[in-house]
Amino acid sequence: MGPHRTLMSLPRSTPSSLPPHPAPGTLLSGAELLVCALEAEGVEVIFGHPGGAVIKIYDALATLNPSFQHVLVRHEQGGTHAAEGYAKATGRVGTVLVTSGPGATNCVTGIADAYMDSIPLVVFTGQVPVPAIGNDAFQETDTIGVTRSITKHSFQVRRVEDLTWMVRAAYTIARTGRPGPVVVDLPKDVLLDQAPFVIPDDTAIRARIRGYQPEVSIDPDKIAQAAAMLRQAERPLLYVGGGTLSGHADAELKQLAHTTGIPVTTTLHGLGAFPEDDPLSLGMLGMHGTWYANMAVQHCDLLIAVGARFDDRVTGKLEAWAPHAKVIHFDIDQACISKNVWCDCAIRGHVKDALAALLPHTEPLALTPWREQLAAWREQAPLTVEDDDQLRAQTVIRLLRDQTQGDAVVITDVGQHQMWTAQYFQYVHPRSHITSGGLGTMGFSLPAAMGAAFGLRAQGVDRPVLSISGDGGFVMNAQELGVIAKHRLPVKIVVINNQYLGMVRQWQELFHDERYSHTDLADTNPDFGKLAEAFGIPAYYAETPTEAQEAIDAAWTHTDGPVLIEFRVLKEDMVFPMVPAGAATEDMITARFED
Amino acid sequence: MPDSSLTSQQILRKQEMGEPVYSDADEHVHRHIIMVMLENHLGALNRVINLFSQRGFNLESVAVGETNDPAISRLTLVTTGNDRIIKQVLRQLNNLVDTLAVEDLTAHEYVERELLLLRVRYTELNRPAIMNTADIFRAKVVDITTESMTFQVTGPTKKVNAFLGLMAEYGILEVARSGRIAMKRALVFGD
Repeated sequence: MGPHRTLMSLPRSTPSSLPPHPAPGTLLSGAELLVCALEAEGVEVIFGHPGGAVIKIYDALATLNPSFQHVLVRHEQGGTHAAEGYAKATGRVGTVLVTSGPGATNCVTGIADAYMDSIPLVVFTGQVPVPAIGNDAFQETDTIGVTRSITKHSFQVRRVEDLTWMVRAAYTIARTGRPGPVVVDLPKDVLLDQAPFVIPDDTAIRARIRGYQPEVSIDPDKIAQAAAMLRQAERPLLYVGGGTLSGHADAELKQLAHTTGIPVTTTLHGLGAFPEDDPLSLGMLGMHGTWYANMAVQHCDLLIAVGARFDDRVTGKLEAWAPHAKVIHFDIDQACISKNVWCDCAIRGHVKDALAALLPHTEPLALTPWREQLAAWREQAPLTVEDDDQLRAQTVIRLLRDQTQGDAVVITDVGQHQMWTAQYFQYVHPRSHITSGGLGTMGFSLPAAMGAAFGLRAQGVDRPVLSISGDGGFVMNAQELGVIAKHRLPVKIVVINNQYLGMVRQWQELFHDERYSHTDLADTNPDFGKLAEAFGIPAYYAETPTEAQEAIDAAWTHTDGPVLIEFRVLKEDMVFPMVPAGAATEDMITARFED
Repeated sequence: MPDSSLTSQQILRKQEMGEPVYSDADEHVHRHIIMVMLENHLGALNRVINLFSQRGFNLESVAVGETNDPAISRLTLVTTGNDRIIKQVLRQLNNLVDTLAVEDLTAHEYVERELLLLRVRYTELNRPAIMNTADIFRAKVVDITTESMTFQVTGPTKKVNAFLGLMAEYGILEVARSGRIAMKRALVFGD
């Protein structure tokens, strides 16, 4: 493995540095204006699916031959997840283009997913002509209305003159502040109307969206207060979330931890923000976090939340969570501050700037007793895998980790395999872990891995992409296998097959008297290898630990295209430790109940 | 405001014990009048209203009108909640792209008014009594038939409610209320 290539140092989209396609002032149709505006925005890849309302845009793509790539996905939900994967892997804004009505509604799950996980997306949806809006026209949906509560903002372009500024404003809003999805609704007649080509500059955009003020200056008094709280703490703990990664603050975080000696635990989305092979790392906290990370939370006297939002999957029962801790909260979103847990010191602004402001006030802290306590807890209940002849998902994750040395972009789906990957993959690089955390969307992994692979390819970054799904979620967006095959994307598609909706089955075993209501998938699962082969993708499978290593070795010989590996794992395994939903963190379950 | 010597979890425990920190108990839930200056953009008003159902906030009344600048609308929202909820309401409103200013007027001295149109049944017998009450409230008759009168009343919501209560016994036929509008006082004397 070569040296790790950081993606965050890559330039962000700089529209002004790219020559606009036509000369300013050229009279163009709305469809042509959109294509030129995307090019001027520096878009690299868009994921789309044509239809009646956007056919003019597809015509413009054919005639203008823009520099960006259009990827024809096989379902709009796949396209939206692909754009999410692209955005997470590259740090840029993902772009989706779909038609009206069903094209737009198929995007809803992906938009909601991006909203929950603060992923910057711009989704262009077709719309019936302005005079037909509201008349129940063919393929009409009130897309703005349907997506209102799952978007950061939305625009409907009612006049062709507004198109280019709304496109730029959409990208600006999606990318800045707390990132999120923006919908731009494009009525068909606006795509036919003509207007002179103008790309407004940043000042003009700021004037158009003057109510949007994402830039916040860091309050030096709050920094001083936080520094004083750090100095007084005896048992401090850094609680690191996805905002640290989207805010490109992992270097500052590392420096803060190493200067002060404060241990670090990360959320599901924070994985990779702090290397897990560092002695200060406690791994993930929360419902399926490590026992020692959760013990650290329960006993710390100062909790420093960095770009994290105190989700219920992290805190469990709020009243019993971190009972001794004062709280410092770094976040860019004012609405996250004191939303779930009241914080003693809130520092609003870019996490990167805030940590950089705090660093000069930090010094090594005397934390030896605390660190010894943590080491003792770590020894008491480490994450282990039972060593027998049975193939377990945890073993598979460890083998994949060893194969890649952690230098891979791993995209997981939702369920047991997602938690096992989070627990056992031992992430060491930022932007190496992508998953659907907030919304918990099954079917996320395969299309998101596709989008991540397109992003890495567009940026010339050569890192393996691993899509890890369960047998339940994999089938939900399996249609994108064809797209992955067509573009020879070097994605290692891993299916952890336990023939169950394993996480639901686990809850049924633990909390619903072992009534396994509709969680057995054995009768409806396809032959995963044959399914892949039907799309032209070679496939392997494994049933024992030895076979697993052989299958991985064989799969890794395919370097110029996708390959699928199905691991038929132990059927009724469970994810531990577990804090039951709504329970106190102290009431963690660490092993199966014995009768 | 929460005592800064308490940890967040101690505050939550106080809440469970019904202490006045973030309690949801009735006595800690207050009515707030919030002013929002909003871009007069397509869908901007929808986003404000939607926020309340999306986030589970209460919304008692909304009054909207254009300001002297036709590009800007002014909303007066009435909502209820404890301190934590109201802070969330203000922060979420501030986060909207189209909001230009958000202010909790309840935190200041302010004037509030509401307009009521009320059609009430009358007879020759009770007409003097009705007119007498109307005079006390400075209500104006804006429409009249042989059987009913329509009054216009303006004032703080409490006054409007009182007038409604007094008219109830005569037989109210129709009611329309504008919702509150409010403005911060420009000058406040004394404490």
